[in-house]
Amino acid sequence: MHACMKLFLRFALGMVAALSLATPVAAATTTVRIVHLELDPDGRYDETRLFFRGLAQPLGRPFAGAEVALREARFVGQAIGVEFALERASGADAKALVAAVERLNKDGVRFFLIDAPGAVVAEVSKAARGRELLLFNVSAPDDALRQAQCQPNLLHTLPNDAMRADALAQFLVSKKWRSVLLLEGPRPEDRLQADAFERAAKRFGLKIAERKPFVLSNDPRQRDQGNVALLTAGADHDVVFVADSDGEFARSVPYRTVRSRPVVGAEGLAAAAWSWAWERHGAPQLNARLEKHAARKMADPDWAAWMAVKAVVEAVVRTQNAPFAALAKYLKGEEITLDGFKGNRLGFRAWDNQLRQPVLLATHNAVIERAPIAGFLHPTNNLDTLGFDQRDSRCAF
Amino acid sequence: MIRSRSTAALHALALSVVLAAGAAAAKDTGYVFVSSENDHAVTVLDSKTWQVVKTIATGQRPRDMRLSPDRMALYVIASKGNRVDVIDIAQLKLTHSIPVGEDPEMFDLSPDGKRLYVSNEEDAQVSVIDVASRKPLAQIEVGEEPEGVRLSPDGKRLYATSEVANMVHVIDTATNKILANVVVANRPRRFAMTPDGGEVWVTSELGGQVTVLDGVSNKVKAKVTFTPKGFRADDVTPVGIAMTRDGKTAFVTLGRANHVAVVDVASRKVQDYVLVGNRAWGATLNRDESLLFVANGLSDDISIVDARSRKVLRSVPVGRVPHTVVIDD
Repeated sequence: MHACMKLFLRFALGMVAALSLATPVAAATTTVRIVHLELDPDGRYDETRLFFRGLAQPLGRPFAGAEVALREARFVGQAIGVEFALERASGADAKALVAAVERLNKDGVRFFLIDAPGAVVAEVSKAARGRELLLFNVSAPDDALRQAQCQPNLLHTLPNDAMRADALAQFLVSKKWRSVLLLEGPRPEDRLQADAFERAAKRFGLKIAERKPFVLSNDPRQRDQGNVALLTAGADHDVVFVADSDGEFARSVPYRTVRSRPVVGAEGLAAAAWSWAWERHGAPQLNARLEKHAARKMADPDWAAWMAVKAVVEAVVRTQNAPFAALAKYLKGEEITLDGFKGNRLGFRAWDNQLRQPVLLATHNAVIERAPIAGFLHPTNNLDTLGFDQRDSRCAF
Repeated sequence: MIRSRSTAALHALALSVVLAAGAAAAKDTGYVFVSSENDHAVTVLDSKTWQVVKTIATGQRPRDMRLSPDRMALYVIASKGNRVDVIDIAQLKLTHSIPVGEDPEMFDLSPDGKRLYVSNEEDAQVSVIDVASRKPLAQIEVGEEPEGVRLSPDGKRLYATSEVANMVHVIDTATNKILANVVVANRPRRFAMTPDGGEVWVTSELGGQVTVLDGVSNKVKAKVTFTPKGFRADDVTPVGIAMTRDGKTAFVTLGRANHVAVVDVASRKVQDYVLVGNRAWGATLNRDESLLFVANGLSDDISIVDARSRKVLRSVPVGRVPHTVVIDD
């Protein structure tokens, strides 16, 4: 066992209590274990960063979302004689998480959620290749994980950068806000977001007026990159897109622009997997459940973790807890109906294991639109106008 | 607290006096009632002129509605008001409210009108409420987000859907205990039943189908799927359902597909699709079953369909986000 590995296992509370609530119809016989892996520490959840409450940013660890989904599974598990159990394991680096997966998989665990940045997810999923397990990525939006780094047993419930960029691009096209000033931060993730947006702009016919790097600095020698007025004073544009994975700079962009132009991307209007302000398709109830459970609002990774547990539960229920191969086939197959509370039937894309789903275009307290935007059509499923369609896929399992 | 209680008691007294005095006047008014979720009101239409007779303010987010067995009162659920409002039909006035627990959505009334069975979405329970005392008699734990609740014709069994657990709970009304949990297609919503209770039809919004349950064995017997022209399977989101009293024909609203399907119950075959408004949910037949009323949640109107010719006779604009239509004809 790796020296720096910290491993905590914790059975989710409430299962035993929940199961005793109703008359048992079928006695629970089998336990289906789901392990939530997380990198700890993970800079994305630093208190200082969470403080910014950036749009489409986490508001806390997504384990809370997984716990809510587990509670939702109590009745249905009972009906088919299955008890679902959620455990939490953490490690300080990819090596530690790989060791945890190996140990737990040997112990019979088949279903894992992973809450870690893209590079860690890539390493863990590569090591898990060939094992009898499914790994659900709930917090890494990296396009590469769906393309060159894809793995047959790695699934993604969080929308990737390309899906979010396409959603925003569709919205801008529908508004005829066609010319975009692109501001890009210094982090590698900022660059990935900016690249994804450029790709979407090309795909949907938006014009990038300028692409400019920004820095978080008051240094007068860097003021052309640190001052929003100076950054936005160049060529005219309809809208400002901010690629900022951290959110500290982005929050100061609206109202500091030279021209009266809306801000999108990391601030203003963001493409998101989820929004606490979403009010349709049962969303208020789900939001209330998470708030009650975690004493905070629900954000993208929470939704993705919730969705991953729901996917496992759905596959177990519909296949009557079939042997792993049949269950995994059903879970990834065309037939599965997943309910993400976003109005559409969801399922995983066969070519890259990404969950196809609507993307919400949200401000800090309202959902303005839901992508795919009306009029963006696809020959088989309009949800595949977002992100990598089969013909865009460079994934070879 | 004391004051409001005594006020409520006074209202109840006043209501009983009015009911006794105005019994003849209230019968068969010809009014059509439509609950409007975002207006916090019930719109009353005259079924001859289709003009708005009155708009009655209710608690927050009115949704499901039902007439009392004597058709003198209209019960309206106010989801965000956590109560059922009682409207006196003779006076077109809200007379009193019954507290029914958190976030109620749909309900049914016992055949004798004495008990309300209410789904409480946020608390994952079904509440049994005594109408006379306005007190809860029992709370039954069910799967998350219970929605449709429906009593069997003999009142002995209660069916409730859980939208999240994808189940129908079958509850014994004598003991308030769950008899069976039946897994059905995804996001089950509402019920219809054959007159003998032998078949229970439940719509599944995301599963895009109706699941037919055997009312005796609680087993899934069949499913009905829909293929309205010009819509993909994923656009078919059945929610509302109404069945004729003879148990021969069912009308199923298809939500995003903007159609009502007319289904032959015995053969499970879809006979017709009728184009209605946006996000068609609530479906109600009038008393002689000549007309079907459909609430279109996203076009803020109702469609009135001739149940025989299956043609839309007219659409009538109502309040914002119409949920349920009740006809007192």
